[in-house]
Amino acid sequence: MIEARHLVKRFRDKKRGAVCAVNDVSFSCRPGEIYGLLGANGAGKTTMLRMLATILEPSEGTAIVAGFDVAKEPQKVRSCVGFLSTATALYGRLSAQEMVEYFGRLQGLDEPTLRRRIDEIFARLEMNDFRDRRCDKLSTGMKQKVSIARTLVHDPSVMIFDEPTVGLDVMAARTIAAFIRECRDSGKTVVFSTHVMREVEKLCDHIGIIHDGKLLAEGTLPQLRERFGVQDLEDLFVKVVES
Amino acid sequence: MSVRNVGIVYRKELIDSLRDRRTVISMIVVPLLVMPLLTIGMGALSLTLVSLAMKEVPSVMILGGEDSPRVMADLQRLNDVRIVPAKPDYAEEISNKEIRAAVEIPKGFDAKLAGGESSTVKIFMYEGELKSGFGADRLQRFFREMRDRTVREHLQARQLPETVARPFDIEEKNVAPPEKVGGVLLGGIIPYFVILLCLTGAMYPAMDLTAGEKERGTMETILCSPVSRTHLVLGKFLMVLTASIATAVLTIASMAVSFGAGKKMLLAFTYGAADAALQITITGKAIVSIFIVVLPLAVFFSAALLALSLFAKSFKEAQSYISPLMIVVVLPAVAALLPGVELTPALALLPVLNTSLVSKEIISGTYHWDLIALIFLSSSAYASVALAIAVKLFQREDVLFRT
Repeated sequence: MIEARHLVKRFRDKKRGAVCAVNDVSFSCRPGEIYGLLGANGAGKTTMLRMLATILEPSEGTAIVAGFDVAKEPQKVRSCVGFLSTATALYGRLSAQEMVEYFGRLQGLDEPTLRRRIDEIFARLEMNDFRDRRCDKLSTGMKQKVSIARTLVHDPSVMIFDEPTVGLDVMAARTIAAFIRECRDSGKTVVFSTHVMREVEKLCDHIGIIHDGKLLAEGTLPQLRERFGVQDLEDLFVKVVES
Repeated sequence: MSVRNVGIVYRKELIDSLRDRRTVISMIVVPLLVMPLLTIGMGALSLTLVSLAMKEVPSVMILGGEDSPRVMADLQRLNDVRIVPAKPDYAEEISNKEIRAAVEIPKGFDAKLAGGESSTVKIFMYEGELKSGFGADRLQRFFREMRDRTVREHLQARQLPETVARPFDIEEKNVAPPEKVGGVLLGGIIPYFVILLCLTGAMYPAMDLTAGEKERGTMETILCSPVSRTHLVLGKFLMVLTASIATAVLTIASMAVSFGAGKKMLLAFTYGAADAALQITITGKAIVSIFIVVLPLAVFFSAALLALSLFAKSFKEAQSYISPLMIVVVLPAVAALLPGVELTPALALLPVLNTSLVSKEIISGTYHWDLIALIFLSSSAYASVALAIAVKLFQREDVLFRT
């Protein structure tokens, strides 16, 4: 479960001065649900998700993730969260297995559990052929699988995806989409940010439209269509942002 | 404090770094090559060059002297110089290394010498040029001997004892044992290299583990794991320190072996005519002591480099921050080589210079334990401050996500 409560994040920027990247955002996402944060570049999606993953500290407000407060117990939150984005790269000089082992150990898994989890995940994602190959020698699709394995190794109850398909080809993007659905079907709480309308339509149970750091509208896709009287998601998005 | 997490981060960073060619080169290859090259290679090369210069029969020019056949005949008889015909552009010829030196015989030199009249012989040479120096030395020796002989002849003619012109002698006696003389000569250079390599050994991993991680996008990956930022920075710091210490240890070991082997080689090479520098002996006690005084400096370097490169957005930016640091370190390390710079309680508080000076003393066999303790403590204090800054910087979002 994720419950964001009046989250605010301010930065100091040399050129722009004080910037409010996220401005009083509240939403919630239940287990077995995918919540999609839809917004243009610079809308505040990444900052929002980084706060949920405790990579950034909120300036105001808080969020309860898997029962823990992001401001008070960030390490406990991180133990329950799997965070994946195109910015979360792999250690090129480690092998696929070493990469996943490293994160499993940091998650506090004991060696027998770690072995069992790695064997399960590697078999499920068909990674055994390249488990000993260095990450910098892997194809984009293989790298994506290693990243997925890294987020899954501790079996987190909450998954956070920050524009996970940016820059990926169709096949790699489909692997990610399938993985996101799988997470929901296994009862995990999933938050997902994107600016690709089609991904939102295909994957999300709930949608939040974010612009200039503010959550302008949220609901299921049918609810939003009804409220704004627009069927096409792109038109709907533009209407919300311009209103 | 979870030692387990610090250990996990350290182990990963160690594996990662040992697979990186550039880290291996700076941490292992450079220290293993620099010392043998410096001691055996450079030593042999300079001895070869000096002995070649000494073996050369210098070409010298005699200017004037047409009215002084006696001195001219004596000069012509010299078999360790080659007399070339006089030309007006002698200075140019010396500069162009066509001749090594020239001597100007004043008008009526023979006659003035016989009549007891004073005159001045001028020797022209190119200062700082080894072979020109040897040529000029030869000429100077000739005229000095001639002057002494003339003085003796004048005294004998007047039936006066030689002590009239030389009432007493001055003799200088060296009380320093040979290894201390060597220590003074080479003792400054060795710590300079140890300190410099200690810094360069830590440099690459520090940049790779911070700015490099930001650049490659792995910083965000590691920050979303439950490891605390303090444990993360400590694990990384230990890796950088390992690289720095490994470089220092390998340098010291390679230095000891090189001196052992180099000394034998050079003694054989010079047929035993080794100068004081070759009398240097690096004892086990000196090696351990240098390691102890260098250790807090390695901690200081590692933490400072880590903090500095963490601030950078990219590897390139980190390099631009760290390059000036090289000068900051090299200057005090070089200052210890300057003549007359000696370890005092005040200088014992100056980072780098203190370590450089105390190492110089240790190599020459002098142990000022009170100053060694002061240096160890002051360097440890600087190291603690640098490490605290590195840990603090790792908590700052504006540093970690600087774009």
